[in-house]
Amino acid sequence: MSSPAYHAPETIEQAVALLAGDTGARPLAGGTDIIVQMRSGRSAPSAIVDLKRIAGIGGVRPLPGGGFAIGATMPCTSLKDDAALAAAWPGVVEAANLIGSVQVRNRATLAGNLCNASPAADSVPALVAAGATCLVAGPHGERVVPVADIPAGPGRTSLAPGEFVVEIRLPPQAGADAYLRATPRTEMDIAVVGVGASLALNADGICTAARIAVGAVAPTVLLVGDAGAALVGTRLDAAALERMADAVRAACRPIDDKRGTAEYRTAMAGVLAGRVVKIALERAGSKA
Amino acid sequence: MNAPAEKKLFRLVGTRPIRPDGIEKVTGKAIYGPDFVAPNMLQGAILRSPHPHARIRGIDTSKAEVLPGVKAIVTGADFPELDSAMVAGGEAPANIKYMARKCMATDKVVFDGHPVAAVAATSATIAEAAIQLIEVDYEVLPHVIDIEDALRPDAPILHDDLFTQGLPELPTTPSNAAMRVEVRRGDAARALSEAAAVFSGRFTLRPVHQGYIEPHACVASWHADGQAQIWCSTQGHFTVRALTAGILGMEIADIRVVPLEIGGGFGGKTTVYLEPVAVLLSRKAGRPVRLAMKRDDVFRATGPAPGAVIDIRLGAGADGTISGAEVEFKYTGGGFPGAHEVYAGLHCTMSYYNVPDAHIVGWNVLSNIPTVHAYRAPGAPQVNFAVESAMDELARRLGIDPIDIRLRNIARPGDTGGMGMPHGAIGYAETLEAAKAHPHYSAPLGPNQARGVACGSWGNYGGPSTAAVSVAEDGSILVTEGNPDIGGSRASMAIMAAETLGIAYEKVRVVVADTSSIGYSMGTGGSRTTFATGKAVIQAAEAVIAILRERAAKQWNVAAGEVQWGGGEAVHGDRRLSLGQIAAASGTTGGPISAQAAIDPHDYLPGFGVHICDTEVDRETGQVSIVRYTALQDVGRAIHADYVEGQIQGGAVQGIGWALNEAYVYNQAGLLDNPGFLDYRMPVASDMPMIDAVMIEVPNPAHPYGVKGVGETPIVPPLAAVANAVSGAIGIRMCDLPITPDRVYGLLLAAE
Repeated sequence: MSSPAYHAPETIEQAVALLAGDTGARPLAGGTDIIVQMRSGRSAPSAIVDLKRIAGIGGVRPLPGGGFAIGATMPCTSLKDDAALAAAWPGVVEAANLIGSVQVRNRATLAGNLCNASPAADSVPALVAAGATCLVAGPHGERVVPVADIPAGPGRTSLAPGEFVVEIRLPPQAGADAYLRATPRTEMDIAVVGVGASLALNADGICTAARIAVGAVAPTVLLVGDAGAALVGTRLDAAALERMADAVRAACRPIDDKRGTAEYRTAMAGVLAGRVVKIALERAGSKA
Repeated sequence: MNAPAEKKLFRLVGTRPIRPDGIEKVTGKAIYGPDFVAPNMLQGAILRSPHPHARIRGIDTSKAEVLPGVKAIVTGADFPELDSAMVAGGEAPANIKYMARKCMATDKVVFDGHPVAAVAATSATIAEAAIQLIEVDYEVLPHVIDIEDALRPDAPILHDDLFTQGLPELPTTPSNAAMRVEVRRGDAARALSEAAAVFSGRFTLRPVHQGYIEPHACVASWHADGQAQIWCSTQGHFTVRALTAGILGMEIADIRVVPLEIGGGFGGKTTVYLEPVAVLLSRKAGRPVRLAMKRDDVFRATGPAPGAVIDIRLGAGADGTISGAEVEFKYTGGGFPGAHEVYAGLHCTMSYYNVPDAHIVGWNVLSNIPTVHAYRAPGAPQVNFAVESAMDELARRLGIDPIDIRLRNIARPGDTGGMGMPHGAIGYAETLEAAKAHPHYSAPLGPNQARGVACGSWGNYGGPSTAAVSVAEDGSILVTEGNPDIGGSRASMAIMAAETLGIAYEKVRVVVADTSSIGYSMGTGGSRTTFATGKAVIQAAEAVIAILRERAAKQWNVAAGEVQWGGGEAVHGDRRLSLGQIAAASGTTGGPISAQAAIDPHDYLPGFGVHICDTEVDRETGQVSIVRYTALQDVGRAIHADYVEGQIQGGAVQGIGWALNEAYVYNQAGLLDNPGFLDYRMPVASDMPMIDAVMIEVPNPAHPYGVKGVGETPIVPPLAAVANAVSGAIGIRMCDLPITPDRVYGLLLAAE
């Protein structure tokens, strides 16, 4: 019957100490998942550690040599306002701006979407396809971890006690990216399937690198190596796209639930993969 | 009184003034159900069944009773023993025994979320903790959800004492089939055997929820003298009073119900769920008690609209004239008998077509879901989906334009139509002609797009209403009505009063009075309020005009018959007395000026709509998009045009939601799997094109301003309009709703 304690630390070290000192404490950024979970009784943290007052954690920072660091409390809506970020990684920014509603996205963050560890999180396939990493702070200092390694299963992360994601880092853009999802409604929905793609092409239009990531078809977002490999060395012709879609479907191991049957999810993963690669190709082509 | 033929005769009727409740609502000051606070109020919580079907062997409340802060606990044992008896309430009489059981289980729970106990405590947190301490000993019973399963001979029976009503002989074995209804005209079988084309099909729909944004909430206060007061949001506070009195064995006048602002009802707030429980908690605790539902309570335990299984055979001659129809529809009834949707379904089946030979049978089938409840044209959209799908197929098979085949069969003034009732000033044919002439109907379609058309009707209603019109000392006007404002009744009443009195709209203020402050008014439902309560307001205003003329005559010392009323003034020769002047003098001419009208009109006319829907189907994903939508409706005459268009748009959107995504989903354990707006997918704004609402005005001559009810008709056509469009786009008849992407994908895959 007691309310959780509320802390608003001003440094990363204070936040780590608060999280490490109370195993029931949970970090709070936008709060669009945890507050809903608390209200529904699905989560009852002993303490809330609000990260928003930590200096420098709320913005986008260009990284030396290209790339971007997105602070843990940067709302999804604000990502659109960073012209350089939106131009370099449109797929990531679009994915983040499919989450929930406008009001939700004015609070929700990429780090929160990642650490909520939903297999259907919209931004995560885009981040994984982009090869994003995150800076994790914890009692034993800081470490850099691939985004793909953070979710451990539905609702679970690989973060150790006391650790939290400080920022998400996108590498320099060498091509283009895109994200698509399937939902019955146009908005305010959970992905039945989500697919992120990131491509690089050489001057001859040959694909030199490709990463395809799929959400909502397994306990965690899948980076489908075979799908990317099916594209590398090709001009992304129809046959290559079909081999890529085959690889995506082969990797899917979804569940049947109220949001979609396993058969439908698998089929849609293939359809969306084909479409999302075409969007990324178009974007990469227009840059070249 | 005949409505003048020319609309320009009216100053205010048909205009779009600012709504009287708008500022309060947009500034957040309006008091809705969950907002009301009474001094010293306790917070209540309800323990709900985690099983769809179980016998209650015992309830142990001892641990909850000793939790500090707990002030009262109520279970089914605290309710009076009730025999089956019908009580007037809602849109149809209700069996008070089943009403009580729905509010609180006694021996059995019959749906997931069925209330079994309630607590009042000094805080919501304590009340929630207390209900967790209540131990209920359940004997879990096999459950049944779907209609066909509930009718199987080996189905779990919900009520051992329930025998199917409406059969030639009362059966001797209990059944989940609560009621059978039937209409038989002519010889449908013979007519079908002689038809040039016959369509036979089975259509299914899932239960859907009304989806009002405001959850049910109330505050009840028991008084030491045995009376009680209730504040709640409801479509009918007189209904709340009657049902609460009936359930608790109280005198009706001992309960005063104060209606608060209502955040959506759509028929779902024409009954009681919380109020009798809150009164009992307050009686035990001696303090006011609030009960408020959470969203999942609303989905799990308040009335969805019935799901359905509908078999139809519809035949037509080569020219498209309908020759005969056989329709058998089975509607889900939920946990308790009494759902009246089967009657409406019976009356709405092809009501607007001339069908001399018809055999229509309806069933109310109980299963372990909440007792279904009224939802906008209750019982009509389901069967209409089957009828208008069948019409679409007949048009296609006979090579006739979909609107032409409907025009060939439509009831016109003087026809008796499908219900065998004479129709007066109906505008069915005018609405169809307007649809045919609308640019939408001939607009080109893009790839994977197709156009669907469907009609729909709702009978509308009149019924008892009371209204009072009072003149304030300065000549401003107060209108008092007894109908909660769910669709703009305050604005409409102000327009009609101001039009009648000949004064400005802004001079009229309208309040919805509590049950002790105005005479009986049937609830706001059946699309009856602007018609019936409007008539009462107009009558009261006319009575006030008569008084004003007398008072002016007194001031002028002339005969009242010599004084005219016009332009908001008394007129005698070239002399004028304004409403304000007459009011100011009222202290010396006879006192307060006020009149009341209590009426029960039944000269209402049905509403009729034609919807045109363009869909685009993504053949790879099965996703259906609505790319253009036009809804035309015979509205009689619009009083407040924005509100009428809003009703048409809102009904269309709710119907589109029913067609595409909305559905109750139960898991294998019989528990509702989508009790929230995330997975119960009502349309969002970006799913919808602009709904082009076209008002066709064929006035009802029985109403001074020509009103026909408008609120319910627009949800009737969309199900078939959408399904017909999708069927046309992919060449497969859509017989099952909702038309979700995975369903369309599966049908396309199977067809390959």
